[in-house]
Amino acid sequence: MMRPDRGTGLALRYVAAVAVTLLFLFPVYWLFMISFKTPEEIFASPPVWWPKSLQLANYAVLFKDGDVVTIWNSVVIASVSTAAAMIIGTMCAYSIARFRTGGNFFTDWLLSNRMVPPIVIVFPVFLLYVKVGLVDSYLGLILLYTAFNLPYVVWMMRGYIQDIPLELEESALVDGCTRWQVFLRVVLPMARSGFFATAVFTFVFAWNEFIFALVLTRAEVTTFPVQVTHYFGGQSNFWAKIAAMSALGTIPIFIAVTLLQRYLVRGISLGAVKG
Amino acid sequence: MGRLSIEGVHKHYGKVHALKGVDLDIAEGEFCVFVGPSGCGKSTLLRCIAGLEEIDEGRVRIDGEAVEGLRPRDRNVAMVFQNYALYPYLSVFENIAFGLRARKVPDAEVRARVGRAAAMLGLETFLDRKPRELSGGQRQRVAIGRAVVRDARLFLFDEPLSNLDAQLRDGMRAEIKRLHQEIGKTTVYVTHDQIEAMTLADRIVLLRDGRIEQQGAPLDLFERPETRFVAGFLGSPQMNFIPCRAEGGALRFSCGRSLPLSRPAPEGRDLLFGVRPEHFSRPGEGDPRPRLDVEIDLVQPTGARTYAQFRLGGVEATAELPAHAVERPGARIALAADMARAHLFDAATGRAIRD
Ligand SMILES: Nc1ncnc2c1ncn2[C@@H]1O[C@H](COP(=O)(O)OP(=O)(O)OP(=O)(O)O)[C@@H](O)[C@H]1O
Ligand SMILES: [Mg+2]
Repeated sequence: MMRPDRGTGLALRYVAAVAVTLLFLFPVYWLFMISFKTPEEIFASPPVWWPKSLQLANYAVLFKDGDVVTIWNSVVIASVSTAAAMIIGTMCAYSIARFRTGGNFFTDWLLSNRMVPPIVIVFPVFLLYVKVGLVDSYLGLILLYTAFNLPYVVWMMRGYIQDIPLELEESALVDGCTRWQVFLRVVLPMARSGFFATAVFTFVFAWNEFIFALVLTRAEVTTFPVQVTHYFGGQSNFWAKIAAMSALGTIPIFIAVTLLQRYLVRGISLGAVKG
Repeated sequence: MGRLSIEGVHKHYGKVHALKGVDLDIAEGEFCVFVGPSGCGKSTLLRCIAGLEEIDEGRVRIDGEAVEGLRPRDRNVAMVFQNYALYPYLSVFENIAFGLRARKVPDAEVRARVGRAAAMLGLETFLDRKPRELSGGQRQRVAIGRAVVRDARLFLFDEPLSNLDAQLRDGMRAEIKRLHQEIGKTTVYVTHDQIEAMTLADRIVLLRDGRIEQQGAPLDLFERPETRFVAGFLGSPQMNFIPCRAEGGALRFSCGRSLPLSRPAPEGRDLLFGVRPEHFSRPGEGDPRPRLDVEIDLVQPTGARTYAQFRLGGVEATAELPAHAVERPGARIALAADMARAHLFDAATGRAIRD
């Protein structure tokens, strides 16, 4: 950084940061505003920047019709599949990182699973699920999302675990830990930032996943993204429902990210340095 | 408690033959130091004792019990690592207590034992801090605390001081020695610093290329090296090795100079005359000792002593002299060598020649 214009440089950087933040925040702001507007306000021209009253009718409808249950469905499916992928994936990653389980090829092969475009396997999976009776069930989507996220979790966690100095683990072994204790008492705390960062991305993937949810669910476990699409081409006030539903759908992610923010920034930048 | 015996231990890392048959017995309470050049297998041997590496052949016994098949936790040894190996997310207290917690020692006893270890190492006021809030020396003390707090049969140290600056290192070295005197635990200590080795050890084990080159009390190795390698490894500046031959009761150097021998030496073979720099001196008037007339070509004052270099027998040799013995390069002076403390080595095999 150049000394003489440090003040100006700093100011410019703040201006740029604020501008970019506003740019990214605007759609979110607009979404929430629509969810509070009356139908007239939604279609008003020039646009209404701030509705007269923050009326909750659009939300009330969702609760009355029972549409919000789809959010609950998404919460269950995304949380359980994230937990499963994180637990299995982290243990798998530890095994690969420290014992070279499966050799070099295995890790690359794992990652290559992520490269298959989901659409390619939607219908085979659908036919399979019809046979085994997993269509329109929590378990069906949970299994699928876990499988989808596992390669990502293994790949990311392997990187974080490799960054942990071996001495820490060896010292724990000599001090009287079993391998399992080393994993719980040294590896997990040391990889905490990366763990939570990975978990958030895993959760977001499961939360947003659409194609499989669309094809593999009927009425029982419709997820929130699928539900939103049901409003397209519906009644005249469908914009209001889309906005209200979407607003509700961002809240869990918002909560997760806020709670884990401390770890997220470190976890993501760790990964960035590691490459 | 704490007898260690190693028999015919071999260790391979893939194609690398890191330990080539090591035999060693360490008595209870002994302070044993492994030294040797980088890559000679010191850490490997230590890790084999700790159980962090599996050996391919041979036996490792602790108190008579064969431990090759045991996991590290079942060997009941404590180890201090070069980079401290402290857990950044735990307080100093919990770092020291780590091994006790892993073994599910009751809380009251953990408190008592950690308190005692902390007092011994002067860490009482730091117990609530995180490792990153400590200096390097304090961190190493915590690492030692982790070992002390456990009732281990052996203490293993792998270059515990090499990350500290010189001054701190001297202090910690003394502290480790004092600690050993207090606790009296059998200790195996790896270093490549010969000062550490000489000052700490009851016994030095000098390793070279996966084998034990020589072992014994520090002064024993220093004064009676069995090979040229041992002689050259211990002592600073290094011992001079000057090519020569024995002829008619004298050593003849290629430059034409010679020194009378004080004891018989095999004739007709290439030899190395080994003499430590401090065993050269300037003979006074009427000194009966044989003299070497040399021309000094480099003078290195270090304060108390001055190192003077000269050529002898086609190689550069060093003499350690009093501070003002030589002022400038180019000086021609007479030197006397202490022949009783000098050594002869076979140039081909490197083995010492004794009578
Ligand atoms: N994990 C490993 N994989 C392969 N080779 C290894 C491994 N660890 C050590 N070696 C090799 O074994 C030999 C002995 O290594 P070791 O670490 O015991 O040396 P050292 O005496 O401790 O050296 P230093 O003073 O540098 O620590 C070396 O040649 C080293 O390259
Ligand atoms: Mg080493």
